[in-house]
Parts: sequence; structure tokens; C-alpha cells
Amino acid sequence: MDLTPHRRGALGLLAGGAAALSGCGRGEAGVTTLRFWAMGNEGTNVPQLIPEFERLNPGIRVEVQPLPWTAAHEKLLTAYAGDSLPDVGQIGNTWVSELTAIGALSPTPAAAADLLTNQFDAVLDTNRIGDRIMATPWYVDTRLIFYRTDLLAQAGYDAMPPTWAEWKQAMHAVKRVAPDGSYAILMPVNEFEQLLTFGLQTEEPLLAEDATRGNFSNPGFIAALAFYKSLFDEGLAPLASSTQISNTWTEFARGWFSFYFSGPWTIGDFNTRLPEDVQDDWATTGVPGPTGLGASAPGGSSLAVFNSSPHQDAAWRLVRYLSDPQVQVRFQEITGSLPARVSAWDVPALADDPYVQPFAGQLERARAVPKAPEWERIVTEMQIVAERMLRGEYTPETAAAEIDRRADRLLEKRRWMMERGRAV
Amino acid sequence: MTRLKPSTVLLNLGVALISLLVLFPLAWMVSVSLMQTGEAAVFPPPLLPSSPTLEHYRDLFANQGMGRYLWNSVLLASLATILALSFSVPAGYAFAKLRFKGRDRLFQALVGILVIPAQIGTLPLFLLLKQMGLVNTYAGALVPWLASIFGIFLVRQYCLSIPDEMLEAARVDGATEGQIFRRVVLPALQPIIVTLGLFIFLGSWNDFLWPLIILTDQSNYTLPVALAALSREHVQDIEMMMAGAVITVAPVLILFLALQRYYIRGMLAGSVKG
Amino acid sequence: MTMVAQTPPDPVHSERLPAKTPTKRRGGIGRRERAAWGFLAPALIAIAIFFVIPVVSALLLSLTDFDIYALADLANLRFVGLQNYERLLSNPLFWTAMRNTAWFAVLGVPLTIAAALGAAVILNARTVKWRPIWRVMLFAPYVTTLVATAVVWRYLLHTRYGVINWGLDSIGLPAVDWLGQPESSIPAILMFVVWKTFGYNMLIFLAVLQTVPDELYEAARIDGAGRWKQFRHVTLPAIAPTVLLVSIITVAAFFQLFAEPYVMTQGGPAQSTVTVLYFMYEEGFKWWNLGSASAVAFILFLCILAVTLVQLWVSRRLAGSET
Repeated sequence: MDLTPHRRGALGLLAGGAAALSGCGRGEAGVTTLRFWAMGNEGTNVPQLIPEFERLNPGIRVEVQPLPWTAAHEKLLTAYAGDSLPDVGQIGNTWVSELTAIGALSPTPAAAADLLTNQFDAVLDTNRIGDRIMATPWYVDTRLIFYRTDLLAQAGYDAMPPTWAEWKQAMHAVKRVAPDGSYAILMPVNEFEQLLTFGLQTEEPLLAEDATRGNFSNPGFIAALAFYKSLFDEGLAPLASSTQISNTWTEFARGWFSFYFSGPWTIGDFNTRLPEDVQDDWATTGVPGPTGLGASAPGGSSLAVFNSSPHQDAAWRLVRYLSDPQVQVRFQEITGSLPARVSAWDVPALADDPYVQPFAGQLERARAVPKAPEWERIVTEMQIVAERMLRGEYTPETAAAEIDRRADRLLEKRRWMMERGRAV
Repeated sequence: MTRLKPSTVLLNLGVALISLLVLFPLAWMVSVSLMQTGEAAVFPPPLLPSSPTLEHYRDLFANQGMGRYLWNSVLLASLATILALSFSVPAGYAFAKLRFKGRDRLFQALVGILVIPAQIGTLPLFLLLKQMGLVNTYAGALVPWLASIFGIFLVRQYCLSIPDEMLEAARVDGATEGQIFRRVVLPALQPIIVTLGLFIFLGSWNDFLWPLIILTDQSNYTLPVALAALSREHVQDIEMMMAGAVITVAPVLILFLALQRYYIRGMLAGSVKG
Repeated sequence: MTMVAQTPPDPVHSERLPAKTPTKRRGGIGRRERAAWGFLAPALIAIAIFFVIPVVSALLLSLTDFDIYALADLANLRFVGLQNYERLLSNPLFWTAMRNTAWFAVLGVPLTIAAALGAAVILNARTVKWRPIWRVMLFAPYVTTLVATAVVWRYLLHTRYGVINWGLDSIGLPAVDWLGQPESSIPAILMFVVWKTFGYNMLIFLAVLQTVPDELYEAARIDGAGRWKQFRHVTLPAIAPTVLLVSIITVAAFFQLFAEPYVMTQGGPAQSTVTVLYFMYEEGFKWWNLGSASAVAFILFLCILAVTLVQLWVSRRLAGSET
């Protein structure tokens, strides 16, 4: 362990120096140290790409700090409040408008405009606030269905049905052939993504009037709530949160559930963690909708350069490097994260991968979520109400009304700021 | 020799059983930390590792930055102890033994605000430290330990037992107040200094809410903050999490066992009287 | 620092003291007063800046809508009077947090006290050998790091692979989804909290029990009282005031649960383990509604203050009845 910088820091403190003791990015003379925060799987694996970047840019060192996804959003806001944001950060696509509203992001400079070509339109659009692109898509994802082909076949289906009603029938059939005590689908009740996906498959937007009022009480969303609830009520999904599920792949292999709502990162997990004997028995497929394959939220992460960073130039170099289609292909190989640059999808590894191909189709059906800075909080409240609905406190109609009520309250400040022209 | 009565044997066995039950979670933590990856996630849960390994400890130090967190914890707890002692010991002494205008009223005021839970000031304190540029610094993490009213209180109680004659004698010999404090008072206060130091060290080591808020950068994390973050990322890796828990708990547990006399005595002095 | 006292207390020396010239003493007092302020200044300044000012500001903050927009630009700050409080009182999650906290206290305090008292009475029996060893063993959980042992307990309570469910299973009881069901999450966390904290109260009880003179037990035995009667007529009256005081202190401690739900359940399932302090943390540091979070802090303060006033009143009554 290299303790020298800390020891120096400690002496500085004892001498009465109250200056920031770490992360001030000054090591050896002439070397810029970039702090880069990344989450989950990406955070764990992106360090493998860094040596190449440092070789190409001798004056720059990169320190990667991995954050857990569940704490990432609050960590970023706390760091913003404490003036200790890193130079570059991975941010969820849905956080762009919030971070823009507080002025934390550097918009894409003219010199980096070329990074915005060769991208998926829907994904790029989620990064656009007003007429500026505030963050650069890094990898794209969206959620679709992972399922056990063998159990579905045993239940008498050779393909995944495309509508909600047929899919539910298939789930019942699968549950009958699966081991006793099993369920059909896993949808952790503390995750909003599943319900949000169903909700996006309906006609109306979820927020109305320039995203200043909730619009969850529209008939489409109520139908989505009802469908979501029925999967639990009919014993097809366990009433469990993600903190309780010890090991997703083991349970999937045991047939405890046969459908799993997840993103591309799970392809890698399943490839490495599922036991040999079920390796040939799973596949991915688009999300069924009310009347045929439906939409989902364009997820994924963008790379943000924070405008508090004194190393703007070096930071954009890192973004440029990580946006390079070649590098994105390598990153896809390591993490399973799907590249944001469309041309990176042409490599045989992706073009011929049967697990990956359904994501391309799903991404084309993707639909952007409303761009209010409060959105993250609104969907969190949405899921809180939804979980209570599952536990019997609300019907779909009263749940929708409750979500609207909470959304309207959260948006009160936004309405005030819009009236004064302080928000977009 | 006296024969042991059956009831005595039963009672002692009962006490031993309860103690073992209470220590079981800690023993289980150590045992699982030595198991192979995935070994603990079966039913019925195994109690002892089939072939013990230090792999998870190695992994934590080599790949998860545990060495750095351990260092942060040691450094912060030590600095907190030194700072808190050097702030509260002189003040406690002054309240007990030096006469000055408004002493009693001031002391009553301090005891009064002892009622206010520290969490209330957390939010404005964060904003204040933001203004001072101390967010995400060791100094920021140490700040709450400077204002230890409890420490002042404890030291004052203990100082009351120092005979006034001792101090007067030194004054007659021409010692300045500073010299008296260093040469007469500090040596007499040695037991309470060890006790208070131990309280502060353990308190700072185990503290969670404040370091969680104020230390935003991973390189500054203390063990509890790091462990909480790791345990969200690695829910499945039971064995590695137990190794992390062992690293976090072991230092304070050993320190406590070594100095438990001081700890227990101070604890009783602080609470029974209050 | 290592120097030992140069002038050992010397009665002869001190007796001569009053004879010294009064002028010198007066000068000494002036010097002493200056010295006293010198000793006090660092601590008082620290307390003023880092404790008193933040607490007062918290009250002011709770009257504004300080949020992430205000953090970015103070022009977005509005004075809203008591609106934060009004909204809290009509916010179901706030009441859920209050209710959960109350449940924690109502169930947890008697459990902790009973465990502590039971352990203290058993340890206090004269025939128990190696008492100091058991005492330290039972107290050890109290000094362990909360976050670390909470992680340990999260696995002990695991529905499928946890040791606790294994224990239930081996005596023929069904497994409980401890941290997964709103009905069992509070009892599950309480098991952990009681395990972690009962040792503290046990030590206090033990200290009081040791002040009960043996003759009292002796006399009771001669009167033919059995174990239970001895406990009821000798032990309980001796320890009752302490039990009362310790209970009240424990209530205040239960108001401050935070790391337990943060580590073990993140407030779930269905917000069943969101405590007041956890709610404050989420309002403040997850969503940056500092105004609303400060209001929560103040309500928490009022609750603790109420408990403390009850404690003061009780201890005054007890002190009064003794004399």
C-alpha cells in the first residue's frame, strides 16, 4: 500500500493546514490526475481500459472510483453540494436534467461535436436539455426479458408471445412445469424499472404541461398498473426486494423463476455464473406490450464532464477515448455493456450474438422518459406507491391518483421556477 | 474442598451457554470469512470452513482498497482522540477547579445543551463546512469531535476529586497555572484521560452518519462507510463481506479487551450518576 | 508531560497557606481567571461554531424551502414559514417513519431491559464463577462497529441460508422471511439491536445490584422466601429506580436508529423500517430538501426533549422520595 500521500496529508493537517487533503489531483509535476466515478459493473471493469488511455496520453493519470448504483445518485448530489465532484463521471441517462438544472455539467464543446454523431437518436435525445447536449452517451441499455427456453418449451411454447395477455398465459404454463415453490418472473419490488417499462408502452406521456404535472391517471398507465399487480396477485412473481435475493443466477438456474427483467449486463453474468447444464437453455427477447412488442426506457449511462473540473481538456480527452468505437467494442467484450456508437455494433461479436440482437430491436422501440429534474424522485415515489399497491393498500386507480398527487407536490418548485423563467 | 451443588453447576452452565450464544454472531463472522467463495450460501449453513482460506482478506486488501480504509480509520480515530482530549480536558479542569465569573451558569448552559441531539445540526454543519471548504477532508470529519460536551462533563466530575490543597501547594511554590495543569493535574487525571480517550477512539471508529455525509470521495472513506458501500455492491459475496466485517470490528474489540477496566469504570461513572 | 507532580500534597505546607499575604492571592485570582478562560476558550469556541450555530441555523433552515436549486443559486430560496411542518404532518411517509420509530421503542425498550436485567441478575448470583469473564463477553457486542455487525446479522437473518432460520427449521418451525416482510422486519432488526445493546444496560444494573447488601437476601432467606420472592421483594425494589431511568434513556436511543435500516434493509420492505432519522437522511442527503429535513430534525428534537423532561421529572421525584 502506498501511504506516502496520506502521511503528507496528515502532517499538513497537524500543522494547521485545513486544505483539502486528497483528490486535489496534483501528484508528480506536469501530470494531471483525473478523478473518474463509475458505477456497478462498469466501475469494476473500466480500469482495464485505462492503461491504454494513459499510454496514449502520457501527461494524464486516471483514478477510477467505483460506486454502488444504489448510492450513486445521492453521492453525486452530495459531492456537488460539497464541491467535491470528480472530473468525469458516469451518470444515469435520467439524471441529466437534474444535474443540468443545478449547473453541474459542462455542455459538449464544439471541438467534441463529432462524438455526438453515430449515436442512437432516442438515447442522444435523453441527453439533450433545451438545445444543448449535456452528456455523451457511453453505453446504451434498456431492459428486456431473459427467459428459460427449456421451461418455456416444456410448457408448450416455442417462442415468446408478444402481448401481455398471452405472455401471462405462458407464465402460468411455465409455473406449472417448474419445480414446486417456484415463480414465473422476478421483479424486485424495490425497483421501478419494470413498472416504468409497462407504463411507457401506453399512449400518453407520464408527465403533462411541460413536465410540471403528473399524468399517471391516464387509462394506459392504470392498465399497466393492473397488469403489473396481477403478476403478483396470481402468484407469478414473488413479493421480494432485491436486497433479499441472494443470488440471481443460482435461482434462475434452479428454475425458481424463468423470466427475468434485466439489461445487457446480465448476459455477461449469466455466461460466467450459470452452471454448465443450463448454459444452452436461456435466451433474450423483446418486452411484450399491450398489443404487441412494446417500448422500454432508453437506459444506459452517459459520460459527464463536470464544470467544476479544472482539467476540462484532459477530461474531454478521456470522454473521447471512451467514445471511440474500437474502445467501446473492447468494453463490450469485458462488461457486456452495449456500445453507444452505432458503428460499434457491426463487429461480428455483436452482430452475430443471439443474446444481443434483441436489444437492438428493443432500443429502436425505446421511448424517452420525461425530462424533469425531479423525475428520479417521481419514479421512486411511483414505485413506493406501487409496492404498497402490491401489498393491498391501493387499487390500480387509487395508486395512480396517489402517484399523481405525489408527483404534483414534487413538481411545485419546478412550476414556480418555470413561471419565473428559471427552468427549462 | 466444598462439593459443587447441582444448582451451581446448572447456573454456571447456563451462564456459559448464554455467553456463547451472544458471542456466536462474532464467531460465525470469523468462521465464514475463512470459507471458500460460495460455501456459506447453502442450506443448512455450514458452521466451520471445510478448507480455510485467507483469499477474501487478500482480495480486500489487494483489490478493494481495504488498506486505505483501515489507514483512514486509524488516522481519523487517533486524531479525533488527541484533538478531543486536548479540547475537553483543560475545559473540564477549569470548570471543576478554577474560579471565574459566570462559571456555574456557563456550566449549567452546557449541561442544558447536552440534551440536544447532535444530528439536528448535521445539515447546517454540512453547509458551514462547505463554505469553509472542508467537505471531503479529514478535517471536516474531525470537526464534531472538537465539541465534546460529554467529555468536558466527564473530566469535570473526575477533577472534583482532586484535593484543592495539591493545587494550592503548587501555587505557593510559584508554579504558573499552565505548569500546575501539566505537572499536577494531568498526572492525577491519567485514568480518566485513558477512559475518555478510549470512548472517543471507539466512538470515532464506529461512527457512521457523519463520515457517510462528509467524506464523498472513496479514498477518504473510513471502514464503516466503505463496508456499507461494499456490502451494497457485493450482496452475494457473503464470505468477503464477513472478512470486511472482521477487519472493521477486530481492532476496536481488541482495544476494548485490553483496556476494558478503564472503559467499564468510566461508563459507570458517566451514567449511574447522571 | 511525563513529569510527575513536583510538589506532593503536603499538609504542613498547605496549612501555612492562609497566612500568605492577601494582596498576592488577589493577584493570583486575576491570573487564575485569565488562565481559566485560556483553558476553556478552545472548547467553548468549538462548541459555539460547530454545535450551537448549526443547531440554531437548523431552526431557520426549517422555515425555508432550501433544496438542490437553492444550493445551486440562493435566489431560488424561498421563506415558507411553517409550510415544511404542515407538509410533513400531511406526508404519509413521515407518519410511517414516526410509527415505525414508535414501534421500535415500544417493543425494543422492554426487550432490551428484560434481557439486560435477566443477564445482570444471573451474573450477580454468588455461585457464578469467573464473573468478570462473562461480563466482558456479554458486553462485547456493545463496542463492536454497528455497520459491521449489521452486515453480519443481515446474513444471519437470510431467508434461505441464514443460521436463524436454520435454527427455526431444526426445531420444526417454518422459515421466516425476516427482512423481506413488513411484519417481521422490525422484530428482525430488534433482535440485532437487543443483541448489540443489552450489555450496556446490564453493566449498569449489575453495578446497582452489587450495592444491595447481602444481609437483605440473608434475612429474606431466613423468612423462608424462595428465589422468586427474593427477586420480587429485595432485588426489584432496590433496582426499580435505575430500571426506570435506564428505560427512559433507552427510549431516547431508539429515536436515533439509522445505520441499522441503512445497512440491513434500506428502509424496506414497504418502508417498514424507515425511522425518523433515516427519513431525515433521505430528505436531506438523498434528495437535498434541506428545509424539510431540518423540520424533521426539529420534530425529532422535540420528541427527545419530551422524553428527557420526563426523565428529569422522574429522577427528581425519585431523589425526593429517598430523602
